[in-house]
Formats: sequence, C-alpha cells, structure tokens
Amino acid sequence: MCHVDVLDLARWQFGITTVYHFLMVPLTIGLAVLVAAMQTAWVRTGHQKYFAMTKFWGKLMMVNFAMGVVTGIVQEFQFGMSWSAYSKFVGDAFGAPLAMEGLVAFFVESTFLGLWIFGWDRLPKKVHLACAWAFSLATIASAYFILAANSWMQHPVGVSLVDGKPQLTSIWALLTNNTALAAIPHTVAGCFAVAGAFLVGIAIWHLTKRKADREVWRASLKVGGWVSMVAFAALAITGDMQGKLMFQQQPMKMAAAEALCHSEQPAGFSIFAYGDVQRPDCENVKSFTLPTLLSFLAHNDFSSEVKGINDLVGEYRAKYGENYPVDPQLGELSGKPIDYVPNLPVTYWGFRLMIGLGALAAAASALALWLTRKGRMPSGRWFRWAALAGIALPFLANSAGWIFTEQGRQPFVVVPNPTGVDGVWMFTAQGVSGLTTGEILTSLITLTTVYGVLAVLEFFLLRRYARAGIAGVLPAGEKTAGQDELAFAY
Amino acid sequence: MDLALVWFLIIAFFWLGYLFLEGFDFGVGMLLPVLGRDDTERRVMVNTIGPVWDGNEVWLIVAVGATFAAFPGWYATLLSSAFLPLLAVLVGLIGRGVAFEYRGKVDSARWRRNWDRVIVAGSLLPALGVGLLLSWNVLGLPIDAAGHRVGGPFAGLGWETAVGALAIVGYSVVHGAVFIALKTSGEIRRRARLVGLKAGPVALLPLLALLLVVQLRVGSGWTWIALAVAVVAAVSALVRLAAGHEGQAFALMGVTIVGAVVTLFGALYPDVLPSTVDPAYSLTIAGTASNPYTLKVMTWIGGLGAPAVLVYQGWTYWVFRKRIATEHIPRVHVP
Ligand code: HDD
Ligand code: HEM
Ligand code: HEM
Repeated sequence: MCHVDVLDLARWQFGITTVYHFLMVPLTIGLAVLVAAMQTAWVRTGHQKYFAMTKFWGKLMMVNFAMGVVTGIVQEFQFGMSWSAYSKFVGDAFGAPLAMEGLVAFFVESTFLGLWIFGWDRLPKKVHLACAWAFSLATIASAYFILAANSWMQHPVGVSLVDGKPQLTSIWALLTNNTALAAIPHTVAGCFAVAGAFLVGIAIWHLTKRKADREVWRASLKVGGWVSMVAFAALAITGDMQGKLMFQQQPMKMAAAEALCHSEQPAGFSIFAYGDVQRPDCENVKSFTLPTLLSFLAHNDFSSEVKGINDLVGEYRAKYGENYPVDPQLGELSGKPIDYVPNLPVTYWGFRLMIGLGALAAAASALALWLTRKGRMPSGRWFRWAALAGIALPFLANSAGWIFTEQGRQPFVVVPNPTGVDGVWMFTAQGVSGLTTGEILTSLITLTTVYGVLAVLEFFLLRRYARAGIAGVLPAGEKTAGQDELAFAY
Repeated sequence: MDLALVWFLIIAFFWLGYLFLEGFDFGVGMLLPVLGRDDTERRVMVNTIGPVWDGNEVWLIVAVGATFAAFPGWYATLLSSAFLPLLAVLVGLIGRGVAFEYRGKVDSARWRRNWDRVIVAGSLLPALGVGLLLSWNVLGLPIDAAGHRVGGPFAGLGWETAVGALAIVGYSVVHGAVFIALKTSGEIRRRARLVGLKAGPVALLPLLALLLVVQLRVGSGWTWIALAVAVVAAVSALVRLAAGHEGQAFALMGVTIVGAVVTLFGALYPDVLPSTVDPAYSLTIAGTASNPYTLKVMTWIGGLGAPAVLVYQGWTYWVFRKRIATEHIPRVHVP
C-alpha cells in the first residue's frame, strides 16, 4: 500500500464528487425558491402565466433534483469510507451538523417534494403551495448545516482539546461561526446566480425562436435577469466579508489567492497575471495590479500591510512545525518537511475565475434586460447562443470558488484557528483511511464513470424539456384527464 | 439511562425505519419484471412508491449520519472497512433514484426497458449490500487495536454474511409483494398476493437463518424472545396474506423486522462493532461515544426532530392512501 497514492486518489475522488454534487445543488436551491414564488404568484392572482411558469421550471428542477439527491448520498458516506482518520478525529464536533442536516433538512426536503410533485390533485391549493415552500426552505436549511460543518473545518470553534481530540463545548458557537455566517449567504447567493442565468438563457432562447407563450418567457426573463444581478451584488458584499475574515483566519490562503510572495504595504490587487504563477519564482510573475486595493480588501484600510507567502511560511513553521510527525500512518510523508503553500495556479486563478465569470454572468443579464427593454427583441442567432452559453458562467464560477476555498486550505484538512482553540488542527495527509490503492482506485473509476454517464443523461433531458417549452409540460387543449386519473404519475 | 445507550437505541431505530420503509421499495423494484406484465402495470408499481421513496432513503442517511455524530469511531471503522460493498450500495442507490425520476421522461419502449433494468439492479444490489453490512457488523470484522481492518477488502466475509445479504433481499421481496397487494387493485393486486404467498416460505428463510446464527454466536438470553417474535410474525404475515387481509399482513411484516432488528442490535450490545481478531479490540458503546455534551445536543435535536418526521411522513402515506390501478395511470405526455 502506498500512502501517497491512496491520499491523492482519495483527494481526487472527494474533489470530483463534491464539485459534481455542487453542479446540481445550486440549481435545485435557486429554482426551488423561484418556483415556490411563481406558484405563490399563481395562487394569489390566478393568472395562467404563473401556472405555466411553475409547471415548466418545476419540471426542470425535478430532472435536476434526482441527481442532486443521489450524488449527495455518496458525500454522506465518503467521510467514513475514505477519510476515516479524519472522521474519528473530528466526529465529536463535525458529525453533529451533518446529522442535524439529515434530521432537520433532508427529511423535510424529500417528503415535501414528494407531496408537491404528486399532490397537485390531492391537496387543497394552499396546502400544496405550503409544501413547495417547506421544500425550498429545507434546501436552504440543508445548505446552512453543511456549510456550518465545512466552516468548522476552515475555522474550528466551539471545541476544546481533550486527550488530543477536539470535543464540542458549544454547539451555538459552531452554528454561529463567523466563517459560516459569511459563507452561507455567499453560497446561497451563488445558487441564485445560477438559477437567474438559467432562466435568462432559456427564456431568451424561446423568445428568439418561437412565437408561443411570449408572456411566460418575458416574465421568466425579467425574473431571471433581476435575480442574477441582485445575486451578484450579494456575492460581492458577502465575498468581501469572507475575504476580510480569511485574511485573519487563513492568511496563507489569501496570500496564495494573490500569489503574493513578499509582504507589501500597501498591497495592490492583481487583476490578472502573465507568466507562470508558481513558486519559487513568483517574483517573476508580471501582473496588472490595482494599487492599494488588496490592503482594503484585507483590512478595510488602503495603507495596511498584507503578508506575503514567504513571510507566512516562516510563521507557519514556527507555529505548526517544520516536519510531519513521525507516524507510520503517514507512510512516506512521515517525518518529512511540510509544504505550507497551497497550489498557487489553482488558488490564484480559481479566485479570479470565481469573481470574473460571476461578474460576466451578471453583466450579461443586465445587457439582456437592456436589449429586451420595452418589448424589444434582438433578432439573430448570436443573441440566442450567447444567452445559452451564459448559463454556464455562474456554474463555473461556483466550482471555481469551491476549488479555491478547498485547495487554499491545504495542507490542512482542519485548519488551525489563529484566534481560538489551541492545538486543534489536522493535516490532510493524516485524515485519509488505511485503504488499499485498489479499493480507492476502483471507486474513483466507478464513480467517475457513473457520474459521466449521468451527466450526459441529465443534459439530454434538460435540453429536451427546455426546448419543448410550455407544450412539453401542459398538453395543449387536451383536457381529457379522466376523473380517476392521477394528476401526475411517473 | 446514559445518553450513549440512548443513541445506540436511536440508531437501531433508524435502521429499523430504514429496513421497514425501504424494504418495500426494494421489493417493488425487484418485483418489477415479475409482477408488471406490461408498461402500464409497471407504472402502477413504480407509482405506489413514487411520492415516498426519497423520504424512505433518508432513513439510511440519518442512520449513518447519527452514527457519525454519536459514535465517530464506529462510523469511521465500519465504513472504511466495508469500502467495496458500500461502493456497490452507493452505485445501486444512485441508479435507482435516477431511474425512478427519468424512466417516464421519454416516450420510448427501449428507454423505459433500460431504466427498468436499472431499477431491478439498483434495488437488488443495495439490498444485498445492506444485509451484508448489517450481518458483518453484528458478527464482527477483523479489526486491530487501532480500529484498522486486518487483511484485504473482503477479509472476514464468510457464508454467514452471504446469508445476511440474502436475508434482506428475501425480506424485501415478500414485503414488497405485500405492499403492492395493499396499494393496488385489480389483476396486479391478485398477482402480488400470489407471488408473496409462493415466494414467502422460501424468501424469508435466509432472514430466519441469519437471526439464528447471530443468536447462537453472540445472542443473549432475552434476544430469544425477539427472535421468536420475528418468526411468529413472519409466519402470521403469510397466513394473513393468504386470508386476504393485506393490511394485517403488512403490519406483521413490520413486526417481523422489529423482531429482527431487536435481535441483531440486542446481540450486538454492548459492542458497536466486535473484532474477530481479539475481543479486546472490539469497539464498544462506551469506547466510541462522543462526549456527553455532543450527545445531549443531539438528543434535543433527535427528540424534537424524529417525532416530527413520523408525523409528516405518516401524513404523506395518508394523503396517498388510495389504491391505484391501471385505469388511474394517465397517458404518457412527454416532449
Ligand atoms: C450549499 C449547499 C450544499 C452543499 C455544500 C452540499 N449539499 Fe448535499 N444537498 C444539498 C445542498 C448542499 C441540497 C440542495 O439540499 C440537495 C441537492 C439536491 C437535493 O435534493 O438536496 C443535497 C442533497 C444531498 C443528499 C441527499 C438528500 C436526500 O436524499 O434528499 C445528501 C446525503 C447530501 N446532500 C449530503 C451532502 C454532503 C455530505 C456534503 C458535503 C460534502 C454536501 N451534501 C454538500
Ligand atoms: C459542495 C461544495 C464543495 C466543493 C465543490 C468542494 C470541493 C472540494 C475539493 C475540490 C476538494 C479537494 C481539495 C484537494 O484535495 O486539494 C475537497 C476536499 C475536501 N472537502 Fe470539500 N468541497 C465542498 C464542500 C465541502 C463540505 C460542505 C465539506 C464538509 C462538510 C467538505 C469537506 C471536504 C473534505 C473532508 C475534503 C478532503 C480532504 C482534502 O482534500 O482536503 N467539502 N473539497
Ligand atoms: C465579487 C466578488 C467576490 C468576492 C470578493 C468573493 C470572495 C470569496 C472568498 C474570499 C471566498 C473564500 C472563502 C473561504 O475560503 O472560506 C469565496 C468562496 C466562494 N465563492 Fe466567492 N467571491 C466573489 C464572487 C463570487 C461569485 C460571483 C460566485 C459564484 C457565482 C462565488 C462563489 C463562491 C463559492 C461557491 C465559494 C466557496 C464557498 C464559500 O466558502 O463560501 N463568489 N468567495
């Protein structure tokens, strides 16, 4: 058994499966709330347009939801399967929000979605609407709990170290971790950015292609465009809050986000770089820089000092050790020097892609609203295809954000808390299970293959239903459903 | 009573809920080609569990998640030791969930036939895996002092665990047939009753065999009672089914699984994961429990959350209480 192989493969598997899960998650969360709002509009006004919107966007949400569920189950098991040493170490604190997510959020989510899908003719209108809201609020509750768990890894609070292990002392501290309170609105706003662009793209496709159901697509376009822009504003504000926290909590992550080798005072914000963003010669990186902006981002002060990687490495070595502990569980890493610098190209470009693609998505939505103002509609295929392509932007921005966040905390899986609990941290290399290379390789290949096939199928179905439009979900003129027939059946 | 023991019982309760609820889901899935002669009949079957399968699956997620929170060492050792069987369970559950949702979304016989295959395989595989996992857990894994598995990916698997795997499959098949008989009307209901009666005496044998093995190896005196309850309930379930009382048969299948889970977890107590290498290495309730504060917090959440779940999931079954039959299935309308 080769420890590094197992470690790398387990990391690849976690990264791939989680990024994949988070392609479904934001669309489910964003659409769930928007669909519940559309249904509310329908129940209130009785307007057929809102009914059609509820049915259409609800159908796309369901196609996506199934994939979110099945990929989520893998996540729940994966901590124990591949990261058993991590699970044993953190279980006392980290397990609690995970179990709460199941008890409080997943049960509500799954049960009320079932009621919503199959309950159209079984439940009174208002009760049925309440089911839509129960479902969509539960998706946000699930985001809350899982992000509280993740934030605890980024910034462990509410614990004390007993016999070498963190023990939970305050669930309240864990659930109101300042890292979580910033990450949750940021991530949820990212979900709405996805849903907004999704509405805009598909609505424009229909508006430029066909005559049917124009008022439905107009309304969807408007909702999507505004949601998308407001979401971006929220992302920028909450992202700035997260940045300021991260400069205190994980200074190395933020130095890596800027590929900032030497401390600077004041420090400029790099817009983009050319040349290799790589140590040890990040001195040679040339970049377009906005002067003093980084100082502001870090400390709300245009003239403050921002620490560079080289200075931070010294600090980290002094605080957390020069070498890995001597421990057979660490295999060939045992006793070796610790590399405290995360993968720079990934963190540097991840941070920029997150912001850049997200901004582009919001700008595209603004442009789309402006081009279609007062009933106008640009003709031409470019507009249609640009709108469809725009759907991908916030998905990619979300993935980039997560990849940055998770890679930026390396080499730790539980990052030491500089202002809080002493001694609570864990290196990623210490967290992995004692598996054989064969086991983890089998699962990596199996899951990637299954996920690949499912991606094709989901894309195929989403495209089919998106194209068919309202006629695909509401049979035109066909009001023949017999008395006894179910309103909806698989 | 100390909270660690309470959580041991709560986890047993979540397993019970899972086996009872997803048991009939799995059965419906596995019986799809047996009971459903044409597409409409198969749609009737899938729609009996349509609104509830996801909610049923969450019982597994919570059983596992609660184990993580309350007994991290148990969660970590069991899941990493049983890595490949669990992978099979996951792949099955992935396929099944997607298949329910996607099967009716394209109007093509080939498309539906392929998804039907996924439903069958995706019900069989996790049922086998869950049975294997439970029996392995109760009978013991080869783990060392540090809680690491000794030996390769399948070390410690034997004929007993194979019986355990078949036990859940067999139980699910009968439970699924009874459920279909209870939830449908017409020809398919009659056929389900027949299949349940024919398959029952054979299909329930592995479960009884597993319980006997567990009882003889690691059982205590009082678990004989639970075992006896399981046996009597299983036999009565078939008798009531023969008499045409599907509701009673279904309830008795529930009692059967109560007896089985009590036998299994009663035999496990006070361990949570016995070691076959040396009993001194066995993981115990006291040795793996989270600290009392965590357990207290979890007890509050569980104490408030679990009864609520029972209420609203119960309500769902009430909302969808009507039997369905082929005439209720709407025509296919897809793009
Ligand atoms: C910000 C939101 C978010 C994040 C970061 C994650 N998830 Fe997730 N998850 C959801 C938001 C969500 C959701 C929106 O609630 C889903 C997606 C679709 C769905 O059905 O629920 C879901 C589904 C879902 C399910 C299936 C629930 C069911 O059967 O209904 C499980 C078991 C998990 N997730 C577990 C995880 C784990 C262990 C994660 C960490 C690695 C994780 N999720 C990341
Ligand atoms: C859904 C959004 C998320 C995405 C896209 C994501 C992404 C990633 C990526 C890319 C990695 C691999 C990093 C590397 O090895 O360099 C990773 C690792 C990991 N993540 Fe996340 N993550 C997400 C959420 C979470 C959450 C919510 C948790 C905990 C509750 C979590 C826990 C972990 C753990 C335990 C690892 C493995 C150890 C490691 O490699 O550092 N992640 N994640
Ligand atoms: C406009 C300015 C933005 C700033 C200043 C910003 C800042 C940040 C920072 C500092 C983090 C890291 C937090 C951590 O390590 O815990 C982060 C993470 C993240 N960002 Fe952004 N962000 C911005 C825009 C966006 C956009 C447009 C999206 C997506 C559409 C996005 C999605 C994410 C996601 C999914 C994460 C990972 C989850 C989290 O930690 O919250 N961000 N962002």
